[in-house]
Amino acid sequence: MLERIIISGFGGQGIMLMGRLLAYAGMLEGKNVAWMPSYGPEMRGGTANCTVLISSKEIGSPIVSHPKILIAMNQPSLDKFEPNVSENGLIILNDSLIEREVNRDDVSVIRIPADDIADKLGNSRAANMVVLGACVKKSKVVKMETIFKALEKTLAGRNQDLINLNKEALKQGAELVED
Amino acid sequence: MGEKMLMKGNEAIGEAAIRAGCRFYFGYPITPQSELTAYMAKKLLKMKDAAFVQAESEIAAISMVYGAAATGARAMTSSSGPGISLKQEGISYLACAELPCVIVNIQRGGPGLGSIQPGQADYFQATKGGGHGDYHLIVLAPSSVQELVDLTMDAFDLADKYTNPAMILGDGLIGQMMEAVEFKERKKIDLPDKEGWILTGCKGREKKYIVPFNLDPYEMEKINLKIQEKYKKIIEKEIRYEAINLDNADLIVVAYGTVARIVKTVIDNAKKEGINIGLIRPITLFPFPEKIIAETSEKINKVLVVEMSYGQMLEDVKLAANGKAEINFYGRAGGVVPTQFEILTEIKKYLT
Repeated sequence: MLERIIISGFGGQGIMLMGRLLAYAGMLEGKNVAWMPSYGPEMRGGTANCTVLISSKEIGSPIVSHPKILIAMNQPSLDKFEPNVSENGLIILNDSLIEREVNRDDVSVIRIPADDIADKLGNSRAANMVVLGACVKKSKVVKMETIFKALEKTLAGRNQDLINLNKEALKQGAELVED
Repeated sequence: MGEKMLMKGNEAIGEAAIRAGCRFYFGYPITPQSELTAYMAKKLLKMKDAAFVQAESEIAAISMVYGAAATGARAMTSSSGPGISLKQEGISYLACAELPCVIVNIQRGGPGLGSIQPGQADYFQATKGGGHGDYHLIVLAPSSVQELVDLTMDAFDLADKYTNPAMILGDGLIGQMMEAVEFKERKKIDLPDKEGWILTGCKGREKKYIVPFNLDPYEMEKINLKIQEKYKKIIEKEIRYEAINLDNADLIVVAYGTVARIVKTVIDNAKKEGINIGLIRPITLFPFPEKIIAETSEKINKVLVVEMSYGQMLEDVKLAANGKAEINFYGRAGGVVPTQFEILTEIKKYLT
């Protein structure tokens, strides 16, 4: 098994953290993982993306041209990566910030009103976790419990309220999708 | 010990260096290796009998390494292309003075200020003596974050064993990437005692000198012969490489570092199309694994060298094959990473 995931959005949406949690959870489940950030001369508010690979075998190329899963947190991300998603792939998009339809008809699409849900939870910055929760439940790349574990490890030392909020956001995102 | 951690390449080098006993780091930040400088600041500033200095320049940083190494301490500096160029004077001095140290180059696209994306165009500079004079560094080329850890620790041992600077030659991709790493318990190895040559204050004993020159040409020639003798030993004993799928391969790819990983994916995909590709991945770039390349290229006769440069390691592969095989080349540079699809297309060209 080789999961290829691209997560994209604007700087500040917590894109890198989403990727790190997936990679961390993959590692906790005994898989080989790689996480690659886009790095470059980006402006504040500019685009940010990262790649996550989770594999039962040694990971060769860490570069993903055709992701099986695309998480698009804003419209420029969908515009940029939609054409590259592999056939029968999955696009999970942030419905709060993306109005247009997906042009591809050979991929599954899930729309999550992430910012709206996060706002209702009292912290708009948790939108990333809402989408991640939906992604994990739908794709099963890792188990939800492992994401919780990864979250606790990654945010260790931060206040427990923040961890609980993120967990709640993950759960609410998961509830929006079917198994 | 033994627990897996998810670490960024640059930070993994820092942790490995500290675990290998490095307590002195001098550097100047530059993308794509700045996380290493930041990691050393975070850790070393809290440690006893340790020093971290963000130097005023790269030339100052490498000279501080010279000073720390002369006292017998394990010292390190790191940079990327442009900064490593500035360090060349000091690197040549360290090699001449036979001082052990570790220098990390997380390569980016060149030449000039270049780009901040990954590159491999500093191969000549690293392996052929980027500074003046006849000298070599021990050059190690990691291909995964775990290997960054293992080779960083090895680099300190090799530097001490041969009293010679060692270089980790990575690139922006491996420096920025996160993978699972494990800091394994390492076998204790016997290293030469430094007492005889280190400078620790001359009170109550004869003065000692560690200088990178001798104005008498015959004496200077002796220094040269001594270090050349050392390089022979290094070539004899320290060559490392990974070889995959060499039996019955239709074509052999020679690639190192990040590019070798991409080639591993190419090998898997080519297999599905009935194409059998082998890989020789040099882990030490100096000493270069000539023998395996010579033997394999004579048998298989079709070789493709792939690099993020316009053909630098290519020259060493050609020297190794010595005219006995058809050596082809594919490279992207300036910060562009060759894709698995491009490499497979290139391979197919030579198989028809």
